[in-house]
Amino acid sequence: MGDHHHGPAKGLSRWLFTTNHKDIGTMYLWFSFAMFILGGFFAMIIRAELFQPGLQLVDPAFFNQMTTLHGLIMVFGAIMPSFVGLANWMIPMMIGAPDMALPRMNNWSFWILPPTFLLLASTLFMEGGAPAAGWTFYAPLSTTYAPPSVTYFIFCIHVLGLSSIMGSINIIATVMNMRAPGMTYMKMPLFVWTWLITAFLLVAVMPVLAGAVTMMLMDVHFGTSFFSAAGGGDPVLFQHVFWFFGHPEVYIIILPAFGVVSQIIPAFSRKPLFGYDSMVYATASIAFLSFIVWAHHMYTVGMPVAGELFFMYATMLIAVPTGVKVFNWITTMWRGALSFETPMLFCIGFLVLFTIGGFTGLMLSIAPADFQYHDSYFVVAHFHYVMVAGAVFSMSAAVYYWLPKWCGRMYNETMGKTHFWISFIGFNLTFFPQHFVGLAGMPRRIPDYALQFADFNMMSSIGAFIYGASQILFLYNVIATIVAGKPTSEEKVWDGAEGLEWTIPTPAPYHTFETPPKIDPAHAHS
Amino acid sequence: MTSQTSTEYAKYYVPEKSKLAVCATIGLVLSIFGAASIMNDMTFGDPGQETSSWTIFLLGLFFFIATLFNWFRITIKENIAGMNSAQLKKSYVLGMFWFIFSEVMFFFAFFGALFYVRVLVGPWLAGEGEGGRMNGLLWEGFSFSWPLMQTPQEAVGGAGAQLIANNGSFTSANTSLSFNDAHAWWAWLPLWNTLVLLSSSFTCHLAHMGILNGNRSKFNFWLAVTVLLGMIFLGLQYMEYHEAYVEYGLTLNAGIYGSTFFMLTGFHGFHVFMGMTMLLIQLLRSVVGKQFTADDHFGFEASSWYWHFVDVVWVFLFLFVYIL
Amino acid sequence: MCFEAKRLLKLALGPVLMLMSVVALASGGEASQVNMSPGATQVGERIYDLHMIILGICTIIGVLVFGVMFYSIIYHRKSKGFKPAHFHESTKVEIAWTVVPFLILIGMAVPATSTLLEIYDFEDAEMDILITGYQWKWKYEYINENGENVSFFSNLRTPQSEIYNSQPKGEHYLLEVDEPVVIPVDTKVRFLVTANDVIHSWWVPELAVKKDAIPGFINEAWTRASEEGIFRGQCAELCGKDHGFMPIVVNVVSKAEYNDWLAVKQAEAAEIKELMAQTFTMDELMERGEAVYARACLACHGANGEGGVGKAIAGSPIATGDLGTHLDVGINGVPGTAMQAFGGQLNDVEMAAVITYQRNAFGNNMGDTVQPIDVYNYKKG
Ligand code: HEA
Ligand code: HEA
Ligand code: HEC
Ligand code: CUA
Ligand SMILES: [Cu+2]
Repeated sequence: MGDHHHGPAKGLSRWLFTTNHKDIGTMYLWFSFAMFILGGFFAMIIRAELFQPGLQLVDPAFFNQMTTLHGLIMVFGAIMPSFVGLANWMIPMMIGAPDMALPRMNNWSFWILPPTFLLLASTLFMEGGAPAAGWTFYAPLSTTYAPPSVTYFIFCIHVLGLSSIMGSINIIATVMNMRAPGMTYMKMPLFVWTWLITAFLLVAVMPVLAGAVTMMLMDVHFGTSFFSAAGGGDPVLFQHVFWFFGHPEVYIIILPAFGVVSQIIPAFSRKPLFGYDSMVYATASIAFLSFIVWAHHMYTVGMPVAGELFFMYATMLIAVPTGVKVFNWITTMWRGALSFETPMLFCIGFLVLFTIGGFTGLMLSIAPADFQYHDSYFVVAHFHYVMVAGAVFSMSAAVYYWLPKWCGRMYNETMGKTHFWISFIGFNLTFFPQHFVGLAGMPRRIPDYALQFADFNMMSSIGAFIYGASQILFLYNVIATIVAGKPTSEEKVWDGAEGLEWTIPTPAPYHTFETPPKIDPAHAHS
Repeated sequence: MTSQTSTEYAKYYVPEKSKLAVCATIGLVLSIFGAASIMNDMTFGDPGQETSSWTIFLLGLFFFIATLFNWFRITIKENIAGMNSAQLKKSYVLGMFWFIFSEVMFFFAFFGALFYVRVLVGPWLAGEGEGGRMNGLLWEGFSFSWPLMQTPQEAVGGAGAQLIANNGSFTSANTSLSFNDAHAWWAWLPLWNTLVLLSSSFTCHLAHMGILNGNRSKFNFWLAVTVLLGMIFLGLQYMEYHEAYVEYGLTLNAGIYGSTFFMLTGFHGFHVFMGMTMLLIQLLRSVVGKQFTADDHFGFEASSWYWHFVDVVWVFLFLFVYIL
Repeated sequence: MCFEAKRLLKLALGPVLMLMSVVALASGGEASQVNMSPGATQVGERIYDLHMIILGICTIIGVLVFGVMFYSIIYHRKSKGFKPAHFHESTKVEIAWTVVPFLILIGMAVPATSTLLEIYDFEDAEMDILITGYQWKWKYEYINENGENVSFFSNLRTPQSEIYNSQPKGEHYLLEVDEPVVIPVDTKVRFLVTANDVIHSWWVPELAVKKDAIPGFINEAWTRASEEGIFRGQCAELCGKDHGFMPIVVNVVSKAEYNDWLAVKQAEAAEIKELMAQTFTMDELMERGEAVYARACLACHGANGEGGVGKAIAGSPIATGDLGTHLDVGINGVPGTAMQAFGGQLNDVEMAAVITYQRNAFGNNMGDTVQPIDVYNYKKG
């Protein structure tokens, strides 16, 4: 009590009881990596089964559980928490705040996650197995036809939502209330901006997901008929409610990644970000549009043609603000003094592959063409391009970029670059051929397939093992850095980096900005 | 305690280590595990078998509520001890605002479901419009009107006569609770409910005026009236449910009308209960602890916002569930 | 589209298609299919064209964007001593790259809209087929104004031994059924798609039809095949355990052949109608019942009625109890369990036989028989 500059407590209680944004950020990051391994492990089972036609390893019911849990764990357990962890670490440091606005609640948002995912994973061992209706769990497969474990799943979703909402409220309050004097909105680093908007999306749509699973719960246990035509309801109602959440969800995944890329590209181009203002407006437009395009996942459910057209046009529009972002990044690189350390490599990988994924997204948005693409591997290829090469690549970039600041040690550059190149090759080998099988007519979520898809599936599986193995290198590199990396104490680890986080000592002290920093009014945003 | 020495900037209180989060998590996870197990016992279980689901649930819930209680107690103590800067208070304001916004979105999902079902699904099932042109093949004889007093299943002659399989059996209600079906306007409970709830919003405002003027007894009085009105509302709601179940056959099983009706009014009722509890706690704080001053009464303000929010939801409910 | 634009498209698509075919060739002896197929309908062709146009436009934009980026990566390197510029804003440029993509999108939306409107034109269909998705098979019902509906189920034909790799896989592995749908060529056929239990999706790429089968709702789709042939597809919506094992085979034949086929089917239906009115002996019922059991129940209730996914039939209180309850379970299923309602899947003869069988096999010696007329009456209530 009362003492001024104190370091962290020792032992387990430091982590259990902490209110420090850096500790909480660290826990989020490690937790999400653990979930990435678990979700990746499930993906490896999927790819191993799909290595050849025929059923070899798992039975179809278990395969569906793998697909379902892979999607759920990657989205809710790996990607979202990883960016929340990053937000926790970086936002207070980027806006000159002493900590997050509501530190105890911050800790709670985190600690809800591990036991909840444990409960979710434990459904695998329950009678009837884990939920197996896909990560989109369409009714009535997820209600009347679901195993009893669906009840646990529903409550898990409820509390995960609670965690996300509290986390987002915390971020919103921090950004709106804790900026150092002089840090106006239009001076905030883009990562802070993208997270502010993401947090808003989360607060808006997580409750809708809660509503969807609540209706499921009522249908399963209390005899209501929300998703049953016999009682006057409609299974498609579930899809509307789900995708009203689900589509903004995919931008929740990608917007913080946009933020990361917008920090890193200028640093290694040694040139300020091009079009800061338009980046902010573009992000806001994407967020706005994300609320009115949800039914592009449902072109084949039998909507009236007017609805079909509306959702098609609205979806296509998203290409405009996203294009603005891509063009701004490239113009930032244009005539910069580029260097290609690992974070930059991952950002360039992001740029190329995300754009390809965006193009296939645009193709999917064309309703009549989507009649052929829908629920085929073309869709699987699309969303792994935007989510793995988008979100996961940018997360890798972020870790390499800020790791030296976090722990005061430099990672091994050669190993980092190797990680990038193996990832890049493995990733493309896995997911590029999936475009082909998808176009040729292979449906998704099947444990076995017709012979004409065999070659590409084998390629894809090999690629997946390579990509998976490259993550071992990443894990090793990070641990080796923390334990025995080359110490560095330069404040500015990267010569081109801009922003408040680079003005504090390296490694970042346990408490930063107990006194708000002075923001140079003339200083441009980073 | 971390504090700042900056003179140009007020201290922002960053609490030290705290066990609250971990305790709250334990309570929460135990209670959801228990709740899920209870429901599974109910639906899939063997009625003769003893299970510990209720014990786990109640234990978890108790622990959770105790932790929350403690959490608020500590926060209040810190505030009274003067640790909270104006900036921290603003964080609380923002927190409460966005929390209420998330609640709005929760109700939005259910209202959305209601509109979708009423405007699109019903007519489609009855074979009207572009989306449902051919549905007459499945639900011959079903015609749509709202409130839905005959489910498609009953229109074709029950679960056995229906062409599609196992989706449960739905027995329609015989009377709806909408205004058109009321015996007489004065016997129509929702009207009284509306009056009760609207006036409670008003009394809540009077209480606020009281504390703003530093008039504690006025504050206590109007706050007590507000809580009382909340209780009356819940009592009336209970009567209404009883009437629905026992006299009108309007149950959760009564097809989509019963489903949406109970979902919307039920969750609203639960929120009234929460809001009332929050206000009750503020009342006790004022009466017993003599807390709150004219310029520092955030606990009450937050609860009152919540109360007004619950009230606004009711206005929409009244309009779309009972009248239109 | 004007000629120039078409050439540009081809030019841009060239490398992509080349890459595709190289990959395809490298990956196996004969080329695997890498692109969407235009299929056997006009709508399919329009969708294919649309697909190629968007792919082409995206490729062009991609080449431009990545071209600029790689130019920068190659020439604007720090290691080459390039000194960074400092510009970071230009409203003109921002406006340009907002407006130009917008115009490109409008260009795409126009053909997309007209194709969509064509797909949604259900007028003038010459025949209707009601398609119902079941876990995990399809039922086809040819709707006939005179009420002489022809209907049948279409199941996966690939044997378990091929799936579990104990036998070499046949050419149409997983894409073969016991009874294909037959439709006439050059005829606008309307499909009325629905489902019995969960959501399925009826997808035949070459007929350019994918429509979700929603339980309790009927969706419309149509096709007009312009060539004869056998077209294969699969269920495209996750529908539970065997979602990967419910293929679709459509046999497009000449109109004359179609009429012959239909006549045979109608005769079969008439025959069954006759059977319905008959009374069978215990032995006849047991013989038929055994076959039905093996086909419809065995998977869940076991070869010896010992149970599995379903409860045991041997010694079951229901199969050795009240006949009405047994019929009820068979016809209406047990809501909320895997035990489906078989009333719509088995005809009355089959139902009577299988119930009799269950009551008298596996050591259940009830000694009673069930006749088709009993089932008929039970269904009538
Ligand atoms: C990070 C996640 C993410 C992101 C960012 C996106 C981005 C986009 N997605 Fe994707 N999507 C998913 C995740 C994501 N998606 C997932 C998970 C699914 C499947 C869910 C499931 O069913 O399980 C899915 C499915 C999905 C579908 C449904 C497919 C189907 O099931 O049939 C559609 C259809 O419209 C779609 C469209 C789009 C579009 C138009 C974008 C746009 O935002 C892309 C915009 C970007 C660009 C277009 C590239 C850059 C732009 C330029 C260089 C400018 C110039 C370009 C032009 C003018 C062409 N997506
Ligand atoms: C952001 C989210 C995310 C991420 C990161 C991934 C990552 C991967 N996904 Fe994911 N995927 C989804 C989200 C994601 N996926 C979603 C939402 C679905 C839809 C689900 C549904 O249909 O409901 C899906 C579906 C899906 C399918 C289709 C399944 C089907 O339709 O049946 C496939 C198939 O190939 C697949 C593969 C992979 C692979 C190989 C990876 C790899 O990138 C994973 C690599 C990671 C690891 C392997 C773990 C770390 C590695 C180690 C610890 C080393 C040890 C490993 C080895 C030595 C091999 N995914
Ligand atoms: C997809 C799986 C499946 C198939 C196929 C199936 N059943 Fe069942 N059956 C079940 C399940 C599961 C139960 C248990 C239901 C319950 O929990 O009460 C059951 C229960 C029964 C019972 C009641 C047994 C008892 O003692 O409670 C009868 C009778 C029965 N089925 C008859 C049939 C007949 C006749 C067929 C074929 C025409 C058939 N089943 C096909 C899954 C199946
Ligand atoms: Cu039927 Cu998938
Ligand atoms: Cu989407």
